Amino acid sequence: MAAVAVDDVEALRDAVRCGPRVLPAGGATKPALSAPPAEDVVALDVSGLRGIVEYDPAELTLTARAGTPVAELDGALAEHGQYLPFDAPLVAAGATIGGVIASGTSGPGALRYGTVRDFVIGVRMVDGTGELVCGGGRVVKNAAGFDLPKLMVGSMGRLGVMVEVSLKVFPRPRAAATVAFELGGLEPALAALAVLARGPVELDALELEPPARIVVRLAGDPEPLAARVARVAALVGAPGEELDATVWADAAAFAWMAPATRLVRVALTLRGVAALQAALAAAGARARYSNAANVAWIAWPGDCPLAVLDATLRELRLPGVALTGAPGRPLLGDRRGGAFLDRLRTALDPDGRFAEL
Amino acid sequence: MTVLDDLRPRLGRRLLTGPAELAVFGCDALTAFYERPAAVVLVESADEVVAVVRACHREGVPFVARGSGTSLSGGSLPIGGGVVIALNRLDRVLSVDPDARTAVVEPGVINLDVSRAALPHGLMYCPDPSSQSVCTIGGNLAFNSGGAHCLRHGMTANHVLGIRAVLPDGELVELGGDSVEPLGPDVAGMFCGSEGLFGIALEVTVRLVAVAEATHTALAVYDSLEQAGDAVARIVAAGLLPVAMEIMDALAIEAAEASVKPNYPKGAALLIVELEGERGVVDADAAALRELLRASGAGEVVATEDPDARALIWKGRKSAFSAVGWLAPDYIVQDGVVPRTRLGEALAEIGRMGAAAGIRVANVFHAGDGNLHPLILFDGREPGMLERAEALAGDILRLCIRLGGSITGEHGVGVEKREYLPLMFTPADLELMRRLRRAVDPAELANRGKMLAVA
Ligand SMILES: Cc1cc2nc3c(=O)[nH]c(=O)nc-3n(C[C@H](O)[C@H](O)[C@H](O)COP(=O)(O)OP(=O)(O)OC[C@H]3O[C@@H](n4cnc5c(N)ncnc54)[C@H](O)[C@@H]3O)c2cc1C
Repeated sequence: MAAVAVDDVEALRDAVRCGPRVLPAGGATKPALSAPPAEDVVALDVSGLRGIVEYDPAELTLTARAGTPVAELDGALAEHGQYLPFDAPLVAAGATIGGVIASGTSGPGALRYGTVRDFVIGVRMVDGTGELVCGGGRVVKNAAGFDLPKLMVGSMGRLGVMVEVSLKVFPRPRAAATVAFELGGLEPALAALAVLARGPVELDALELEPPARIVVRLAGDPEPLAARVARVAALVGAPGEELDATVWADAAAFAWMAPATRLVRVALTLRGVAALQAALAAAGARARYSNAANVAWIAWPGDCPLAVLDATLRELRLPGVALTGAPGRPLLGDRRGGAFLDRLRTALDPDGRFAEL
Repeated sequence: MTVLDDLRPRLGRRLLTGPAELAVFGCDALTAFYERPAAVVLVESADEVVAVVRACHREGVPFVARGSGTSLSGGSLPIGGGVVIALNRLDRVLSVDPDARTAVVEPGVINLDVSRAALPHGLMYCPDPSSQSVCTIGGNLAFNSGGAHCLRHGMTANHVLGIRAVLPDGELVELGGDSVEPLGPDVAGMFCGSEGLFGIALEVTVRLVAVAEATHTALAVYDSLEQAGDAVARIVAAGLLPVAMEIMDALAIEAAEASVKPNYPKGAALLIVELEGERGVVDADAAALRELLRASGAGEVVATEDPDARALIWKGRKSAFSAVGWLAPDYIVQDGVVPRTRLGEALAEIGRMGAAAGIRVANVFHAGDGNLHPLILFDGREPGMLERAEALAGDILRLCIRLGGSITGEHGVGVEKREYLPLMFTPADLELMRRLRRAVDPAELANRGKMLAVA
């Protein structure tokens, strides 16, 4: 079915109220989530709902329409020495802020100040009844009413269509340095990761490229950077190799993925890495771990059914979501939220106007 | 005779129904409201919570979870004829995982005890409400409580990763997990801050962070609140990211000196700024901060890294609410938020409003995030004073909304601010909140009448 483009809120409300069921798409960088999974679902292109609504650098907050490309936000923030610390991936490919929030994806920088959930403070959205509703606000601290902005994180277009979002922003570090360490095996690499994650040096990113390589980013003022890099090397007990910043652009674009593989995101902790790695090796899948191994990015071979990965994740009690590849039910592995999520969903979308979760 | 008679053999003397025993539970820290429950249950296990919730559901009796009862908005006020489920005895830290930097705790654990358990691993639990030595993680979670150090670290919801909860009809659910990266709709985040309306948290997985290597606390005094506010704006503009920025006015300083004697430098306004992190970074930031404070027209500036001196500074700040008891027989603690760039305007207006009403207002606030805590001082024995103080408190909330802020930054809506919710939200917003509430709890048994008026 052809996509329907909406560039104003009334048209969006109409599209949600009548006609076929809908699934919003922003930049469509995560097609497994944003491409219609069934015959009777139509894609709702919200990339026309675009532009910054309010940004006062002194306030350290920003409000933008949900279809605004993150690249546009990054540009506006950079002019004032600020940034979105959760470091969304796929920005160069056209990811929109609504798509990033709805898919719940953060990048390596989430290590330092938190993931996308920690930065969304307000949302205006159209619910399944076609009503325009708000949750949260535009101030950084707010305890009034249910926390709808958080519920939208990871909602995958299945709980409401975001129209406008408000975010916290932070001052951008003035300089950064990247160092890689080869540790000789998965076990010592995980041990080094655990040591580094507990300080005292505050890292800006801490990544694992299995089996044995960890990549560290430090950010802050340029002056103490060299001394800080030396401290990290001392903590690891191995000499590091300094890399340039292009490795982060490559990571954000998932340049390491082989052609015809599908991108899957899995939430875990450091304790789950060894078992997941073993299972992935058996299937010939590659993975990278971000945010001190709190998230795995898996490139799943195109010729291997996702059902295999689904079963593996269930066995390991890990939740996952497929971001690229053929559309379908996006959630894999261990499902969380159960009856609570089901009930919230009936309130947000009583008539089943959105695609299934 | 109560709904819980079936459970009496199991609960024994932990099922309280006598008037004298119940009286203690009649209110929380918002003492203006009082309600007699039908029963109080001192539960000792998650299973008991589930059993009580199921019994309440079967009989259609409303219930409220209670941690330490320090809510300032009537959140843990009993529901008339209902059951209070007191969670204080569920106070175990079940596990600390130093590598994953998480802890699993029972809901009745005291906030500070989580950090105590984490400290041997060089870790701590961040959110630090002023009541942290008494309030519980369950209460913090239900109110998404904040604290002085939320400026950089965020509120409770930012530190809760996983929740095992019982829904109001007795169904058990697992929300979130142990990773800091949520996957799927962030239902754990949605459960936080729901003021007990979605059910009761039985087990909570929280995020821990490494204790900073260096902590630097600076005090600066100013001739006016506006100047202190301006200093905050300069610090933000310079790109520094302190963990805390707090301001106290002359009246709040006076109260603190009268009670815990922090020996603050004298002035019309006091700014507390705290930096933390690695040694070298904190040193560089502290030097920059010193320059910024000087340029902002500060009088005396005191800076320290000594743990005892820092503890005293924070004791003065964190005791401010109770300390104003030295200045007036009664007071209302207000909690509202304005955009941080409009703090000066808000404070000047609150000053004018107080003067016009003939009521003294002490100000202590989280300046870094625009969270105001005006303390409205009055003498309840004077006829009409309570009503006038309440009217002023309401006007302050309207001001917060007019300036683009919120009616509560951290104390929640509870019973106190129910009528103010429509100032912030449209009828459609509120209708959705009611729909969400009823989808989870059709009979509105869990904390009935809080946050949302009963249908
Ligand atoms: C002197 C003083 C200073 C304070 N300072 C601050 C501050 O700096 N920042 C701040 O944010 N607050 C502050 N507060 C307010 C209060 O301490 C917080 O709201 C705190 O989180 C309440 O915790 P409690 O254990 O006392 O909860 P209670 O008052 O017992 O309960 C609060 C709410 O939580 C619900 N609840 C409790 N346990 C659970 C559970 N397991 N599952 C679901 N719902 C539950 C209750 O039903 C109720 O609605 C202060 C209060 C006082 C008296």
